Amino acid sequence: MIKVLRQKEWAFPVPAAKREVLRATPELDEGKPPVLFVPGFGHGAWVYHEHWLEHAADRGFPAYAMSLRDNKDATLRAYAHDVAQVAASLPKRAVIVAHGAGALAAAHALARYPARAAVLMAPVFGGVGTALRNPFICLPALFGGRLRLPASQLFSREVPASVARGYAKRLGRASSKAQWQLLRGRAPEDPVGDPPVLVVGSPDDRIVPDSAVRKVARRYGGAPLLFPGMGHDLMLDARWREPIDAILDWLDKS
Amino acid sequence: MTTSGYSDGYGDTGQATAWRDGRPVYDRGDTVCVIGAGPSGLTAIKNLKEAGFGVDCYERETSVGGGWNYRHDRSPVYASTHLISSKPFTQFPDFPMPDDWPDYPKHTQLLQYFEHYADHFELRPHIWFGTEVVKVEPTDHGRWDVTTRSTGGYGGERIHRYAAVVIANGHNWFPRMPAYDGLDGYKGELIHSSSYKDAAQLRGRKVLVVGAGNTGCDIAVEAAQQANRCWHSTRRGYWYSPKYALGRPTDQVNDTLLWLRLPLRLRQSLAARTIRSTVGDLARFGLPQPDHKVYESHPIVNSLLVYYLGHGAIQPVPDIKQFHRTSVELTDGREIEPDLVVMATGYQPSFEFIDPELLGMTADGKPRLAMHAFPKRLPTLMVAGLLQPDSGVFPLVHWQVVTFARLLRLRDTAPAKAAAVFRQLDSEADKRWTDAKVRGTARHWFEVSHISYLKGIERLLQEATA
Repeated sequence: MIKVLRQKEWAFPVPAAKREVLRATPELDEGKPPVLFVPGFGHGAWVYHEHWLEHAADRGFPAYAMSLRDNKDATLRAYAHDVAQVAASLPKRAVIVAHGAGALAAAHALARYPARAAVLMAPVFGGVGTALRNPFICLPALFGGRLRLPASQLFSREVPASVARGYAKRLGRASSKAQWQLLRGRAPEDPVGDPPVLVVGSPDDRIVPDSAVRKVARRYGGAPLLFPGMGHDLMLDARWREPIDAILDWLDKS
Repeated sequence: MTTSGYSDGYGDTGQATAWRDGRPVYDRGDTVCVIGAGPSGLTAIKNLKEAGFGVDCYERETSVGGGWNYRHDRSPVYASTHLISSKPFTQFPDFPMPDDWPDYPKHTQLLQYFEHYADHFELRPHIWFGTEVVKVEPTDHGRWDVTTRSTGGYGGERIHRYAAVVIANGHNWFPRMPAYDGLDGYKGELIHSSSYKDAAQLRGRKVLVVGAGNTGCDIAVEAAQQANRCWHSTRRGYWYSPKYALGRPTDQVNDTLLWLRLPLRLRQSLAARTIRSTVGDLARFGLPQPDHKVYESHPIVNSLLVYYLGHGAIQPVPDIKQFHRTSVELTDGREIEPDLVVMATGYQPSFEFIDPELLGMTADGKPRLAMHAFPKRLPTLMVAGLLQPDSGVFPLVHWQVVTFARLLRLRDTAPAKAAAVFRQLDSEADKRWTDAKVRGTARHWFEVSHISYLKGIERLLQEATA
């Protein structure tokens, strides 16, 4: 059901913040919609800058990659606000492509901004199940520590170890408050504007199990698009081209 | 698609399919007609389009923004106009204003917001600029014939037939001028606030500002800064709410109380206490005591009025008794000689293109509409934005048109159910949507409380979905 009365949101607006936004635009405007890439917790706009941003622009999509606010008191709601803020600032109605726990922030944002379409990749929608499945990652987070995301969990073996270590070193952390809220797992409201939603994942993702990906896909009324053999960070893995091409093909069709 | 002249895709390049009074009518099928491309019209186009309807919008000006576009000749904004509701209450619920804008944006930012909204959702291709609506007439099966022509009356008239019509022509452009004895014989300069554009108009003059509405207070403050002398004439005592209270925008503090579900009486007493402890007792400055409780009249939000009263730069005076040749006589017997009188006496709605009876118009010009939007027994007609809320109006209009789109769809998919919803609406035509009993002055009959109104909308949306 649509929530019309939002007194708490009006009375306590999310504090303003600065956000990093990277951009790659195609040389010729082909009239394709802008694509906004949203990173997961601990990740930043840079993960898309490695390969996907330029690739999407080469295929004719004005591409934008954002970082969530860098604030240790940020809430999940603040992250969702970040996504809606950047999406609404783009020249045209945007497609939101979000990863990991960023997919949950984006799902919340979809209830506050009528995206043209949305893609949720390896979505971490939280809840106790997430914590139980990954106790070593999540245990410290329960006590306000950082989510431990070791390179071996994020990438497939096709990524050379030195490169993977380099990526892992660049990872930051999300706010402890948002990590807590992630574990509590408040379900997002329904999206406004009825956008088509595609869920993407990998059966070999060691952070997000197949069943979790399927569950999110079911919530949005579809089956997930799966890329076997890839790790959690699809955009940085050795075969990064496959998922982004599939996503852009899906956008071209819908 | 071009926006100058009619081209392919628009019915009248082909054969007319019907006739009205010997003139061709071009049938636009299931398309919905929106009158006006101001904030209400834009959100109507966007939400109807989102719900899958075709939309044609007619706009008499050559750009979007309606009254918020200062270039438009009917625009009521003046150079210093700022919002009186803070961002969360002003922005559309699905299109946030930028984080780096202030709590209370300026009118130029608001225009920028609406222009961006129109571009972002690609609304402009639906708008026929420089085209005014002359007539809106019902025809068979709940459909409407809309007669249009170029603004200013050049060229011929055309008639298009639509499945539904959204009237979004605004209510802040037709000046309301109260009658005073001797006004005709008055030789001094007198303008309505709609012609007030810039503080330079006041510089070095003796100015009388009439009206305690938000515009009257703004102009009185500018007169205090620019004019040689400023009288401010008000009929009654009011609550002047500051823009900030307890370190936050006042409306956000107010909604904190609402969110806590405090009862109205308690909220009134808390608000009155906050105003008394921060603003103080205005009778000390010579203003009358408010004759009503807080929330019982449209809020006046102005932090500076009291500041300038305290500096003697604004002199409060009572109502005007009558005008003489060169002077103004007040109800307390005083006579003053201003160089300029600014009548900030508000605006009134005007729907010159439609039979008043269809809107249930009373003799004093008030349409009779359920939820201030839905005329009786006409499910395919709505008036958008005819609201005076105790917060920003745009979120309310957004939900109005979302509801209208939902109801139109329901008429197709579940006609019996839609009929039941409309019967219910018809029975509520006289329902008011305020918490407190609002004083019924001529201006404030469409005053609503944003909470009561949105609760009504939420219920209606539920009925139209379930």
